[in-house]
Amino acid sequence: MMNDLNRRDFLLRSCSSLTAIWVSSHWPSLCSAATHARHAVQAPEATKLSFFTPTQAVEIDAIVARIIPTTDTPGAREAGAVYFIDKALMTFAIDQQKDYHEGLPEFEARAHEMFPTVEKFSSATPEQQDEVLHSFDDPDAKPSRRPYRPRKGANNFFETVRMHTIVAFLLDPDAGGDPKGVGWAVIGREREHMFHSPFGYYDKDYAGWRPISPASGKGQS
Amino acid sequence: MTPDMPKYKTSDEVDFVVVGSGAAGGIIAKELSSNGFRVVVLEQGPYLTEADFTHNEVKVLNQDLLTNHPKLQPNTFRKTPSEAAKQQRALVYGRLVGGTSVHFTANFWRFHEIDFIERTKIGPISGTGFADWPITYADLEPYYTKVDWEVGVSGLAGASPFDPPRSKPYPMPPLPTKCSGVLLEKAGRKLGWNPFPAPMAILSQPRAGRSACVNCGFCLGFGCEVGAKSSSLAAMIHVAEKTGRCEIRPNSYVHKIEIDANGRATGAVYFDSERNVHLQKAKAVVISANGAETPRLLLLSANKQFPNGLANSSGFVGKHLMFNSGAVSIGVFEEPLNDYKGFAVSRIIHDFYELDAQKVGFYGGGGIDARFDLTPIGFAAGVLPPGTPRWGKGFKDAIAHNFTRTMEIMSHGTSLPLETNSISLDADVKDDWGLPALCLTYKDHPDDLKLANWLNARGLELLDAAGAKQKWSFPIEEQSFGVHLLGTCRMGNDPKTSVVNADHRTHDVKNLFLCDGGSFVTSGRGQPTMTIEALAFRAADRIRDLAKRGDLA
Repeated sequence: MMNDLNRRDFLLRSCSSLTAIWVSSHWPSLCSAATHARHAVQAPEATKLSFFTPTQAVEIDAIVARIIPTTDTPGAREAGAVYFIDKALMTFAIDQQKDYHEGLPEFEARAHEMFPTVEKFSSATPEQQDEVLHSFDDPDAKPSRRPYRPRKGANNFFETVRMHTIVAFLLDPDAGGDPKGVGWAVIGREREHMFHSPFGYYDKDYAGWRPISPASGKGQS
Repeated sequence: MTPDMPKYKTSDEVDFVVVGSGAAGGIIAKELSSNGFRVVVLEQGPYLTEADFTHNEVKVLNQDLLTNHPKLQPNTFRKTPSEAAKQQRALVYGRLVGGTSVHFTANFWRFHEIDFIERTKIGPISGTGFADWPITYADLEPYYTKVDWEVGVSGLAGASPFDPPRSKPYPMPPLPTKCSGVLLEKAGRKLGWNPFPAPMAILSQPRAGRSACVNCGFCLGFGCEVGAKSSSLAAMIHVAEKTGRCEIRPNSYVHKIEIDANGRATGAVYFDSERNVHLQKAKAVVISANGAETPRLLLLSANKQFPNGLANSSGFVGKHLMFNSGAVSIGVFEEPLNDYKGFAVSRIIHDFYELDAQKVGFYGGGGIDARFDLTPIGFAAGVLPPGTPRWGKGFKDAIAHNFTRTMEIMSHGTSLPLETNSISLDADVKDDWGLPALCLTYKDHPDDLKLANWLNARGLELLDAAGAKQKWSFPIEEQSFGVHLLGTCRMGNDPKTSVVNADHRTHDVKNLFLCDGGSFVTSGRGQPTMTIEALAFRAADRIRDLAKRGDLA
C-alpha cells in the first residue's frame, strides 16, 4: 500500500492530468480523494489536553488500553484514543462530559474497593484492570445493527468510554480519526478512497453473470 | 446551487410551491420547471454539496449531519392507540436538499404487476386496509423507464425471470460484482433459485456530467462525494435550477398550507433559518415531504373548514403506515471478502416475491439481497457474533478477523396496511419550533412477522450454501423504528377511503397534490424509492396537463 504522502502526490498528479480517459471520467473523485488526503497530512496530531487533567488522562489512557489492548498489533493507546476523547468532550461529545466527571471518580472508587491496595486504576495490574472493567460490563447487552441508537447502559461511564474508544480507533483517519490509521490497519480496512474489482478472495476468479441454463434450471457460475 | 437559479419574492404567486426536495419533490420540481412553470421548492434542511459529504461516521450517523435531528425534532412512539406514547426515535429521513435519496442504499427494484392488483388477486385480508391501487404497473412502466434513464439506474434487463415487462433496457450495465454478490449467486443457484444483478441507482459509468461510482465504501447513510449515487440532489435539482424557473429554498420549514375561503390552497407558510415566518404564494401546492412529514403537515394545517386536518375528509391522513418487514442474517467466511469496498448490494433474489399463502400459511412476499453496508465503527459496535467479548483482546481479535470476512443477507418484504398504524400529532411533545411532534403508532401484523421469519430462514440457508463458517441472525421483533414511510396518504378512486386520486390530487382541495411514499396503497417488497420516483414523474405529467387545461384555478 502506498504511504500517505505517495498517495497524495499520486492523486494530485492525477487531478492535473485530465488527458487520460480514465482519469477524466473519475476526476471529481480523484480531486475529492486528494482533498481528503491533504486534510489528513495537514491534521496536526493531538498532544495537548483540553478537557482532562493530566492525572485523569493517565486513567483514561489506562482504560482505553484495556478496551482495545496493544497485542502484536497496535491498540487504542497507539491510536491516541485519550487525545481523541479529550477533544471529543470539548466538541461533538460535549454532552457527555458529565459521564466522565461523575463516572471516573466512581470508577476509581470501584477499583479501590475491589483491590484495596490499588490507589489508581492505572497502577493496577492488567488482570486487575480487566476485573474492574468486567464489573461494569453489561451482561445483557445485545448486538444491534444500529449501534448509535440509545441502548440500555449507554449513559454509564463504561459504555461511554467503550464507545468512544471504538470511535477513536476506527473513525476514518482522513475524516477526523487517528491520522496514523492504526485501527484501520488492524481491521484490514485500506485507506484509499477508491477501489476496483476484484475486491477480495471470492470475486477474483469470478467469470461474470450468465443466465441460468433453462434445461437444468440450475446456475452455471 | 447554479447561477441560473431564480429568486422569487414570497409575495410572487408562483405556479407551484413544492414542499420537500427529495426523491419525489426533486423530480416534480424538475419536471414542472422544465415544462415552463415557475416553481419554488421549500426544503426544511440545508443545501449541502458534494464537498460537504464526509466519511466521518460520527458527524454523519451519530450527529445527524444529513438526517432529522431527534433533539430538534423529537418524536414519540407507541404500539397501539391505547398506549401512552413515549419519546423515542422511531424514524430517520434525509433532511437536506435531495432528502433521503442522498443517503439511501440505492436498491432500485421496480414493483411488479402483482403489487398493484394484489387485493383483487388474493381477496380481502380481515382487519386490514388491503386494497388495489387505482393505477397498474402498465400505467407506471413508462415512468419507471424514465427513472432508469433520467435519474440513472445500473442493471441488466432480462436477468431476472420474475421481472415485469420493460420498454427499454437499463442505460448502464450493472455495477461490479462484490464478493457478497458472488457468494449469493453461487449459493442461490445451488439452492435452485435465480440470483441476478441488482438494479442500483448508482452510476456504473460516467453520465450526464456525473462520475461513475468509485467504490469508496461509504455509501448507505452517506452522501456521495462524487455524485455517482443517483440522488435527487445529484440528478434532478441542478437540472431544475438550470431551467431558470426553479428556486430551491433550503432551511425553509413548512408548517402550514394556507387555504382561502373557497377551500383553495394559496401557498405554504414556513419558518426560515432565522425562524421568521413567511407565506410563499402559489397557484398550486405539491407536498412531497415524505410519508411522515406530509401527513403531519396536513394535520398541522387544520382550520375551521378542515377541522380534522387538510384533505382529511376520509379520516385516512396518517393512517395505514407501512415500514416494510425484513430480516438480517450475518455470515463470516474463511477468506477476506473486503466487502467494505464499494456500494452495498450487487446481487438479489426475487424467487419469493409472491409467496403462495395457502402453502406458507401467511400473506406476503419479498426479496433477498447480499450486502455489506457497514462502516468500521458501526461494524465494531454492532455486528459481531453473539458471545463475542465487547472489549479486550477477544473483541480486538474479532474485529480484526471479521471486518473483511463478513457479509449480510438482508430480506425485505411486505407490510400489511393497518388503520391503527399511523402518523399523528403528539398531544404533549413539541419540536424546537413549538409545533406538535410526530407520533408514530406501529405494530406489525402477525403475517408480517411470519414473513420476516420465513425469509430469514432462507437467508440462513443461503449462508450455509455459500459456505459461511459462522452465521447468526438478529432477532425478529415487532418494529419500533422505520425508514420506509409508506401509505399515510394513500391514493384511490373513492374519496371515502383515500386521500389523493390517481393524479395525486387531494380529493378535498383541488389545487393541492401529494406525492411521496405516503401515496402508496400497499407496501411493495421493501424497496420503495424507485416507485416513489416513478410516481413523481407520472404525477408531474398529470399536474402539468391539469395546469395547462386551466384545471387548477
